[in-house]
Amino acid sequence: MSNNSIKLDFVIPGNDLLSAGEASSTVKKMLNQLGILPGIVKRVAIAMYEAELNAVIHAGGGEAHVQIDKDKVVVVVDDKGPGIPDIELAMQAGYSTAPDDIREMGFGAGMGLPNMKRYADELIIDSEVGKGTKVTITVNIS
Amino acid sequence: MLRILIIQTYIKILKVKAGLTFVKIREVVKILDACVVTSTENFDDIEINSACGADLMSDVMAYVKENVLLLTGLVSPQVIRTAEMMDIKVVVFVRGKKPGQNIIDLAAEKGICVLTTHHPLYIACGKLYSAGLTGRGVWD
Repeated sequence: MSNNSIKLDFVIPGNDLLSAGEASSTVKKMLNQLGILPGIVKRVAIAMYEAELNAVIHAGGGEAHVQIDKDKVVVVVDDKGPGIPDIELAMQAGYSTAPDDIREMGFGAGMGLPNMKRYADELIIDSEVGKGTKVTITVNIS
Repeated sequence: MLRILIIQTYIKILKVKAGLTFVKIREVVKILDACVVTSTENFDDIEINSACGADLMSDVMAYVKENVLLLTGLVSPQVIRTAEMMDIKVVVFVRGKKPGQNIIDLAAEKGICVLTTHHPLYIACGKLYSAGLTGRGVWD
């Protein structure tokens, strides 16, 4: 890979759980093409997929910005949803505010944020109630 | 001769205990009386080392392992998406559930094999476990 970083931008459509995952899928494909180790690719893909799903489920969509550098991948998922009132509580495995229709689709297990933390080397959550949430996921390549 | 047989059996037991047994996908089809809905070019080469049975996809994503087979009663395109992110090559829909064309198309596009079995989740998992597929995932 050259020294220049690669930047990818996506719009995450809201309330469309069927197409949720398209952005993560594209990023996964790109990272594979760049020859990044499969284990690292998988970590980025899962963390981003969880963030993408959260934006769809809780915020009516949002945006994803991905920067691939020589030494790390940074994924920013930004939404203008209701925000997270208690981040510490939301980080607890099993805690969920997802509605029933989302649970019927196999999500809302309360594992989204814990999974992001599990697979990211660094996870930063900026959230303001009534304004939105910005999740920054960093996965080191080397 | 008897000594060799004992050693071979002992090695087999050790492998099962350590979760090192690999099962060919054709064998999985036979064990689960499964139907093959979508196949891939390398279908016969696929070997499974561990299985995960879950209806909640976020629980599946907490599962770290290679050569995984996913058994689920949830029929949704997000099952295929989750499998894609997790590098899971085989998905088995249990309890006789039939995936819709959108799921079949997505699985074909992503190179994921889809099987269906009439067995419920618990029985399907038990049958594979009894056949030596004892490898489990890693949780923190």
